[in-house]
Amino acid sequence: MDTQEIIVLAGGALTVALVVWWFFLSEGERASARVAGGVQRVRITVKGGYTPDVVVVKKDVPVELEFYREEDSSCTDQVIFNDFQISRRLPAFETTTVRLVPERAGEFRFNCGMNMVRGKLVVED
Amino acid sequence: MSTAEKVNDRAELSVEGMSCAACAQRIERRLSKTEGVTSASVNFATRRASVEYDPRRTDERKLSGAVESIGFKVVAPEEAARGDSDERERRSVRRRFVVSAALSLPVVFIAMSHGRVPVLDGPWSSWLQLALSAPVVLYGGAPFFRGALAALRHRSADMNTLIATGTGAAFVYSLVATVAPRLVTTGAHGGGAHEAPMPPVYFEAAAVIITLILLGRLLEARARGRTSAAIRGLLGMQARTARVVNADGTTSDRPIEDVQPGDVILVRPGERVPTDGVVEDGESAVDESIVTGESIPVEKRAGDEVVGASVNKTGSFRFRATRVGSETVLRQIVRMVEEAQGRRAPVARLADRVSGVFTPAVIIVAVVTFVAWFILAPEETRLTTALVNFVSVLIIACPCALGLATPTAIMVGTGRGASLGVLIRGGEALEAAQRIDAVVLDKTGTLTTGRPEATDVVAAEGFAPDELLRLAASAESASEHPLGEAVARLASSKKLTTSAPARFRALAGHGVEAEVEGRRVLVGSRRLMRERGVEGLDAGAGPETGAGELERRAEELSAAGKTPVYVAIDGRAAGLVAVADAAKPEAREAVASLRRLGVEVWMLTGDNRRTARAVAREVGIEKVLAEILPEGKAEEVAKLQAEGRAVAMVGDGINDAPALARADVGIAIGTGTDVAIEASDVTLVSGDLRGVLRALRLARATMRVIKQNLFWAFVYNAVGIPLAAGLFYPLTGWTLAPVYASAAMALSSVSVLTNSLRLRRFAG
Repeated sequence: MDTQEIIVLAGGALTVALVVWWFFLSEGERASARVAGGVQRVRITVKGGYTPDVVVVKKDVPVELEFYREEDSSCTDQVIFNDFQISRRLPAFETTTVRLVPERAGEFRFNCGMNMVRGKLVVED
Repeated sequence: MSTAEKVNDRAELSVEGMSCAACAQRIERRLSKTEGVTSASVNFATRRASVEYDPRRTDERKLSGAVESIGFKVVAPEEAARGDSDERERRSVRRRFVVSAALSLPVVFIAMSHGRVPVLDGPWSSWLQLALSAPVVLYGGAPFFRGALAALRHRSADMNTLIATGTGAAFVYSLVATVAPRLVTTGAHGGGAHEAPMPPVYFEAAAVIITLILLGRLLEARARGRTSAAIRGLLGMQARTARVVNADGTTSDRPIEDVQPGDVILVRPGERVPTDGVVEDGESAVDESIVTGESIPVEKRAGDEVVGASVNKTGSFRFRATRVGSETVLRQIVRMVEEAQGRRAPVARLADRVSGVFTPAVIIVAVVTFVAWFILAPEETRLTTALVNFVSVLIIACPCALGLATPTAIMVGTGRGASLGVLIRGGEALEAAQRIDAVVLDKTGTLTTGRPEATDVVAAEGFAPDELLRLAASAESASEHPLGEAVARLASSKKLTTSAPARFRALAGHGVEAEVEGRRVLVGSRRLMRERGVEGLDAGAGPETGAGELERRAEELSAAGKTPVYVAIDGRAAGLVAVADAAKPEAREAVASLRRLGVEVWMLTGDNRRTARAVAREVGIEKVLAEILPEGKAEEVAKLQAEGRAVAMVGDGINDAPALARADVGIAIGTGTDVAIEASDVTLVSGDLRGVLRALRLARATMRVIKQNLFWAFVYNAVGIPLAAGLFYPLTGWTLAPVYASAAMALSSVSVLTNSLRLRRFAG
């Protein structure tokens, strides 16, 4: 094995480790909902992903998630809350509001139509 | 502070007619000056006005009015959103594709000539290719790179990531090979740089990949648009204006958004009914096929419900609006079909799990491929071989085929269902419905018309038939049970005067009791009579005639498929009223077709066994569950399930709600106007029993397509990725050039979509 091969091998291993860490082990931006008029409201920007992608809300208080889709890539044109049986189309460059009432504490995923873009709704007591 | 926030509402208005940013500013100024508006902003790019306002001082209608007063048009947001963003995306993709294709062709020609055309061979050949392919990558591929960056920032990866990495690597390598060839020629040649051959470049790969994938996107966008065409078709059927009758009797045309519940609306022949309501006066035949899938027009007269978007055929009528806007049956149907996708089919769970980790996994495979080829390939070509295979792996992997497999089939299947009057709640319901091997049909209202008629009156000794009927009808006059209504109808057709009952009590599933003119009247089943210790039930005057006379007559009536209803007056059996509920004309055919489909058919009813048998015989059902109380229906369904059957329960959705919920698939059979959408897995908008067959067959067809799609998507990736990685090379010598990989990738998601679109032709 020559030097170049060793460099490529090490670089490859490093890249793999980086990919695993970046996509599976690290966590994204957290945000708590703003409560106004008995409703917890969060604005989520959709562009290649959800910003914030972890939303913390309180149990039993109605939640309004305002998804603003800032792109027209078809990947994110739908958002699905499987646990709440909610599915919404998100028209590009528009705000679509998803309303739900979290009735139990826990972590609930939401994702795009193909489950490649993901976010998390954390419901606290 | 929170109270101040509470009072403000927000409206998003889609505005048409803006031609420049100045227009947007004008609208913004006009809105800001409108009474009750706290803030307004208008986005020219998206043609949207976002307004915060105090709902006590203004409303959306006034805001629209303000915008329209300066010459712009406000359109319904859903309408605007649907068409616009799809169309925008399609236009942008088309433009990029055309530019990329035009520039890629010469690059391919140069690259493929391999020096055979001397004019194209020279040190500047690479530079020419660079010049031609740079716009393809930078302009045509821009959405992929932008998307990949955005995704990366969110720690997610999608198709864009793969394409951007793949084409990016090919392009950057080729760029370096052109600008600074020495950097990429492995130093082992020994010879001087001037003798070394020009390192190969892959501009054509980068350009062609982007062009082909854009083409795939274009086809995909077109096909995708078609998957939701059924729903858009439904929405397009809404009337835009309504002819509202004013207080002074004149009429005025109003936009449909301005119609309020309670408005009286005039509908002329050939027009669409603008919204849901109840006919006030006039008669007509109305074509409700838009919601029921039933092409035969339905007669409407005063008191009948009409449903928005149905077409008035013969006469004029006036109706009072009961539901408007998003509350209408049509919009509920649209919403249900749209939501259907949120309910994932369990079969897709694996695909969902796989697609969640798919892209990072492919990146890892690609990196491993690069390293492996770099180490294993001959030294002179190791860098290019590794690079080519690395790019191929990234490009051939198609998470989209996997991701599209289920949702598109559900979308097309449920959309097709909606246009046939079969509303399916989503993937879960579809999957359950294709497994069904037993169908339980409720008798009244499902197998029969549900409009029973009283046919015979049998009086016991000492009672006059008319008096018996009059008292029974009086007791029943407060009842809402169809049997009671039938008794009351017969009495009124005989011009008998009923009187209002006192102490009325409905005994669910048994009958009613009441006091009529001071006499205790009990109307109901034989069981009820026994429980109440009614006298003279089997006793009679003599052994040959009186004894058991009532019972004998009751059995006769039952055997003829009629339901005998006992009447007791002051604790004594007074006689019978027979009620018959005719089977629906299509019932026999529907039952036979269900059995041909290999499904056991059961009938479930509260009627006595004989009546039930007679009706069952008429429609061709052998398995009968009779004398079941309403609360026992769910139990019967559970028993069938315990015996290992997958049960679909078909009922009216209101009385049968628990049984519908208990069944593997609850099928609510309704009439166009009272859709029990919430309660059931499947709703048949029309009362036609053949809808059950249609629903089951549609479920089977859709599931078949989903399975084909998933199979294809999995196999495609499972074969394609190892092939592109060069895994088969040691055995067969096979590798895959990136250009072919991109063609395969572009085709794979299109083929999945095309397969789903076949469901549009499902005939029912």
